[in-house]
Amino acid sequence: MSQDIRIKKGLTIKLTGDAEKFISDAALSKVFAIKPTDLLGVTPKLAVRVGDKVKAGDVLFYSKAEESIKVLAPVSGEILKIERGAKRKILTVQISTDATIEYIDFGAKNPKDLSSDEVKTQLLAGGCWPFIQQRPYDVMANPNEAPKAIFVSAHDTAPLAGDVAFSLENQKEAFQAGITALSKMTTGKVHLAVCGKSVSFLNDVKDVSILKVTGKHPAGNVGVQIHHVNPINQGERVWTVNPQDVAVIGNLFLTGKFEPKRVVALVGSQVKSPKYFKMLQGANLETLLTKNIELDNSRVINGNVLTGTQVTVDGYLDFKSTTISVIPEGNHHTMFGWMPFTGGKKFSMYRSALSFLSPNKKYTLDTNLNGEERAFVMTGEMEKVLPMDILPMHLLKAAMVGDIEKMEALGIYEVAPEDFALIDYSSSSKIEAQQIIRTALDIMVKEVG
Amino acid sequence: MGLNKIMEKYRPLFRKGGKYEKFAPAFNGIDTFLFVPNHTTKMGSHVRDAVDLKRVMIIVVLALLPAMFFGMWNIGYQHFSQLGEATPFMDMMLYGAIKFLPMLLISYGVGLGIEFAFAIYRGHDINEGYLVTGMLIPLIMPVDLPLWMLAIAVIFAVIIGKEAFGGTGMNILNPALVARAFAFFSYAPSMSGDKVWVADASTVDAISGETILGQLAAGADTSATSVMDMFMGYMPGSIGETSVLMILIGAALLIFTGIGSWRIMVAGVIGAAVTGLLFNALGLNALMEFPWWQHLLVGGFAFGIVFMATDPVTAAQTNTGKWIYGFLIGFFAIMVRVFNGAYPEGMMMAILLMNVFAPYIDHYVVQANVKRRLKRLKTA
Repeated sequence: MSQDIRIKKGLTIKLTGDAEKFISDAALSKVFAIKPTDLLGVTPKLAVRVGDKVKAGDVLFYSKAEESIKVLAPVSGEILKIERGAKRKILTVQISTDATIEYIDFGAKNPKDLSSDEVKTQLLAGGCWPFIQQRPYDVMANPNEAPKAIFVSAHDTAPLAGDVAFSLENQKEAFQAGITALSKMTTGKVHLAVCGKSVSFLNDVKDVSILKVTGKHPAGNVGVQIHHVNPINQGERVWTVNPQDVAVIGNLFLTGKFEPKRVVALVGSQVKSPKYFKMLQGANLETLLTKNIELDNSRVINGNVLTGTQVTVDGYLDFKSTTISVIPEGNHHTMFGWMPFTGGKKFSMYRSALSFLSPNKKYTLDTNLNGEERAFVMTGEMEKVLPMDILPMHLLKAAMVGDIEKMEALGIYEVAPEDFALIDYSSSSKIEAQQIIRTALDIMVKEVG
Repeated sequence: MGLNKIMEKYRPLFRKGGKYEKFAPAFNGIDTFLFVPNHTTKMGSHVRDAVDLKRVMIIVVLALLPAMFFGMWNIGYQHFSQLGEATPFMDMMLYGAIKFLPMLLISYGVGLGIEFAFAIYRGHDINEGYLVTGMLIPLIMPVDLPLWMLAIAVIFAVIIGKEAFGGTGMNILNPALVARAFAFFSYAPSMSGDKVWVADASTVDAISGETILGQLAAGADTSATSVMDMFMGYMPGSIGETSVLMILIGAALLIFTGIGSWRIMVAGVIGAAVTGLLFNALGLNALMEFPWWQHLLVGGFAFGIVFMATDPVTAAQTNTGKWIYGFLIGFFAIMVRVFNGAYPEGMMMAILLMNVFAPYIDHYVVQANVKRRLKRLKTA
């Protein structure tokens, strides 16, 4: 069974530095780190101390609010350091890696034969719960709730995003097992979004309803797909899982091991030869980056250029990240840079730069803001990049003043910051829309829950 | 670059803790005009579109240029043709420039002066909005308006029309139209009648210095002006409003770049055409009989719908709202023209009226969106 979703609005930003379809093995990092800050809605309660020996699959920390949610060590080794920030907030839990990884055995099980409670127990014990994200609010799912549907988007339309089907090429069985496991968690359907223009093994995955998605970014965002297939109303829950995490879940059931494998696309104009790398969640990036990128004047981003977070060259792969983007910093003055129709290197959604003449050209964009923040002036530009029946400007204004009733009425339950990333990008007033939406969602979690 | 080095020397003086910190908005206004600053993204999307408000406003100014240059020429043309003198093109341009450029200078000088003062007083950056407003104001004035009246109108528009509400982005009424309305009601003899539209008309004892709409309102015969003249703009009127052709060039640029709302423009033309057709069908007097499509060519309709009604701050903000807003502007503009003899031109009134009602239109569009969501909840 399949359903077509055609998205007309949006904007595909074509950047230089696409990943070549080639997977290298990245050397096993000497240090791994898990960052509790990657997990929204979780306050960590540590289970380890510096100097403790851990196996891959040992608990590093629990969620304080829900102790059944565990975050596990991706590798075996010794706890090297627990880094804390202001108010003793835990920033990273670092592990120095053993030469060969030892695993905890959670017991291989066939998800087909399990009840939904048994699947849930295995997911919680096997450290895979944190991969399940909940809409509304874009926070980690609550194990005590049941979703009306689960969405997995295997079609990433973000700039320079890796090809999902290609990165899962060697994980077909694990992916299927993961999907089957997830299908036990909901009375509704598991929806798997695939690229509507190409056919891969993903089209033949069972226990799902296939969504064939075509259109510009953000067509690949789960939020957009949910909006068009099964929109979220007040009080409802929908869960989402990233495709590579589905494979990790599948592996937990097939092998009994927690092995957060990643095929990471190292992309961007500052990368010498962009391609895919096999590594594990939380890997230190220093060796990989010093070998493969221009270190001078670069910004390294965990994730894509629209929604990712900046990371230092000696930083770590984020909890869920499967893309590392490296682009030039834009720390420069440009004389009369506002002059329209000049500078062939500029890209604009408005036909105010020459980019409209060459729609297929790839651009090397840097991190310059290209202007300064201003009050809202232009209207209609946000609507062009948000393919939902939501009035983005009015929702943002309600969010800015924290008006809960208005936000509810205008559709705050359906959106996540990533859905507003293109509004960040295209805003002529340089509005920080993702930040506004995240703050608003935090208020909603607190006040409505 | 040499200039950047010079600016780099002075930038620290205006930063926080610098000697002239207080004047930072003024310095930054000039600095960021010369150089797009080196600010990089700190949160959210790491890359940003090349567009910013400077770019947006400059495109609108570019779109105004054809109408402005034609307006300058037309000042000369109207003046010399009234005298019955055959005059070379350049002389007409020169005459027009001498008349127009002081108005432009006053408008920008006074307006930007106030903007800078407010920015320094309030400690916020200078918004680019006045780049367009400052150009619009002289273009919608009659050529013989005394400069001091222009200056007072600008002061009123910027302080009461804009800054009182919080500056660009917060104002309810289009500031340029506030300036015109202020001048219109305060200095009516200099803003209407048959002496003001042609430069030095009173001294040359003009025979037909009245606008088409003025002639219509007075029940005079307008057949002296051909349709082609109306389209090309060879007629008296406010400086920038006469040439539909030049305005269309501007409209094309605005629509092509995506800066101006085509929805408002199209809806406005439909609104005016429908209303004009209705009156043509009734045909009770000369005003009603004036062909509907000629309504689109004369007076300030074209200029207003392309450059004034589309001001995003004061227009309706939702896409559906823009259709309604534009349509009603067209409707009211023709209504005022036909029914109100005291105001031969209805465009200014129509846009200001709809500026006031734009939030109301949006309110209903937003409510419709909310209701769709609630309905889904009930059926789910």
